[in-house]
Amino acid sequence: MSAPAVPMTDAPGNAARKRPRAARPRVQHRGAILAFVLPFGTLFALFYLVPIGYAIYQSLLVIEREGTFGQATEVFGGLTQYILVFQNGPFWQSIGRVLTFGAVQVPIMLGLALLFALLLDSPLVRGKKFFRLAFFVPYAVPGVIAAIMWGYLYSPNLSPFSAVTESINFLSADLVLWAIANVVTWVFVGYNMLIIYSALLAIPGELYEAARLDGAGQLRIAWSVKIPLIMPAIILTAIFSIIGTLQLLAEPQVFRSFSSAVTSTFTPNLTVYSTSSIPNFNLAAAFSVVLALATFILSFTFLKFTQRKEAK
Amino acid sequence: MSTLTPTIPAKPARGSRSTEAKAPRAQRESPFARASAMIVMAVFTLYFLVPIWWLLVAASKSRSQFNSTNPLWFADFSLFENIGNLMAYRDGVYLKWMLNSALYAGGGALVGTIIAGMCGYALAKYNFPGRELIFNVVLGGVLVPATALALPLFLIFSQISLTNTFWSVFLPSLVSPFGVYLARIYASASVPDELIEAARLDGAGELRTFFTVSVRMMVPALVTVFLFQFVAIWNNFFLPLIMLRDETLFPVTLGLYAWNSQVNQIPVLRDYVLIGALLSIIPLIIIFLLLQRFWRNGLSAGSVK
Repeated sequence: MSAPAVPMTDAPGNAARKRPRAARPRVQHRGAILAFVLPFGTLFALFYLVPIGYAIYQSLLVIEREGTFGQATEVFGGLTQYILVFQNGPFWQSIGRVLTFGAVQVPIMLGLALLFALLLDSPLVRGKKFFRLAFFVPYAVPGVIAAIMWGYLYSPNLSPFSAVTESINFLSADLVLWAIANVVTWVFVGYNMLIIYSALLAIPGELYEAARLDGAGQLRIAWSVKIPLIMPAIILTAIFSIIGTLQLLAEPQVFRSFSSAVTSTFTPNLTVYSTSSIPNFNLAAAFSVVLALATFILSFTFLKFTQRKEAK
Repeated sequence: MSTLTPTIPAKPARGSRSTEAKAPRAQRESPFARASAMIVMAVFTLYFLVPIWWLLVAASKSRSQFNSTNPLWFADFSLFENIGNLMAYRDGVYLKWMLNSALYAGGGALVGTIIAGMCGYALAKYNFPGRELIFNVVLGGVLVPATALALPLFLIFSQISLTNTFWSVFLPSLVSPFGVYLARIYASASVPDELIEAARLDGAGELRTFFTVSVRMMVPALVTVFLFQFVAIWNNFFLPLIMLRDETLFPVTLGLYAWNSQVNQIPVLRDYVLIGALLSIIPLIIIFLLLQRFWRNGLSAGSVK
């Protein structure tokens, strides 16, 4: 079928081949390609690339005033804002806080998600459809709404579990971070479970049969056959979780109305938000840039690290 | 980001396996293992569903019964009166928020999916200079958190007086780098070159081929992209928080957040926050249920062809 088609229209695979009558290598279907790529390309440039550039530009400016009450003007200040960022104690405390949060919450959440996915994929569980749906339902609850709901569940007098919440104050300075971790876990376990589960479904069944014939039990199959094969999916969920953790905003912002322990600089993004409402846009822009870079480096390093480990 | 590559194109394999392999194995597991697995699943079902159950019960109570009756069981069922009160409060501003959310998320995800699908398809099926560069830049975009863009977008939009408008939230929501990534992976695995060739022989233009032939093969990926983006926009909080001042433009998340932070001054808002929270999760659950079926149909159709 494709053989007679070649002289008239090049298949994409052959497009690189020069045609004898063209003076220079011509791109096939140039107009169509532009029509396909331009809508997304334009919006991506406008709402991704330009803002990134603009944030970097803003972060290099400082406000200068003539005298105390003089006219304020923005002038180029080099890395002044970045020096302020590095001297800003609360910002680094907030980074430390979300890193602690991530180091505990991400493994717990992904561990649960992996456990449920493996159980759903094993012959041990009946009613898979029901469990899959029940565990996934919290993902339909927006972070803000989940935080409001759990805020009431934690509160000492309104909670349906007041027997517990009267003796343990989940909204105290010591516990509120882990109270938020529980909200995030509640929302995202089911989502991560589905990603891992669909990776499990893609494994051909013959692989298990071979292991079973060798006398391997469910645990052994899960550990030595399934988990290595779905590692890419687990890594993917880990990266998205790391990014999500560093960006934590909605849940702590909501918790501010339940607990005074959540300060305006509780997480890095809250710091960005409160700095920009001062308003100190240049410093807030510098915070944003540092945070985005940190996120990028952390997820990229994690990706490289796990890939190298897998190669061994 | 190449990590996703093996999982996505392999997905259609699922139908073949689950039918043949499951039945004979079920008998061999020990009752103890089965019982403990079921207990784990049951306990966590409670963990995931009790908060929503509580919300439903709480939203169905009048204020006087909220504190005085069993919090996990119904008293006099006044859910519909409560909903009526919520809708009437402040000229139905809550309904306006729900409509806004539907517009931001529905419109944004629809347009966003189409343009991401087109771009991913072009990156998969055409050879042109700069293709890899574009793809890598888009991939980098996947790793840039959307919240990092909210503040600079606000600064840019305030220069052109576009803050506090519908467009300030809608337009940035259209861009989904992950959608382009997924569409490209899926298009190269599931749209055969021969099919595009055949359409060309029939005299169809490239765009028409895409919208009439290729799109059908890409349905599972496109539905997934739509779903992800719908949820992302529906849940988005930072962008509207930073952009919007006018209450009538709020999405429902921002509106409920604003009410919740005024509960101490205006206690009646607590009732509305709870009922509003319950109502706000229903559309997403419906979308999930509807699209789940659609998505599965798409998957099985894809594996037959």
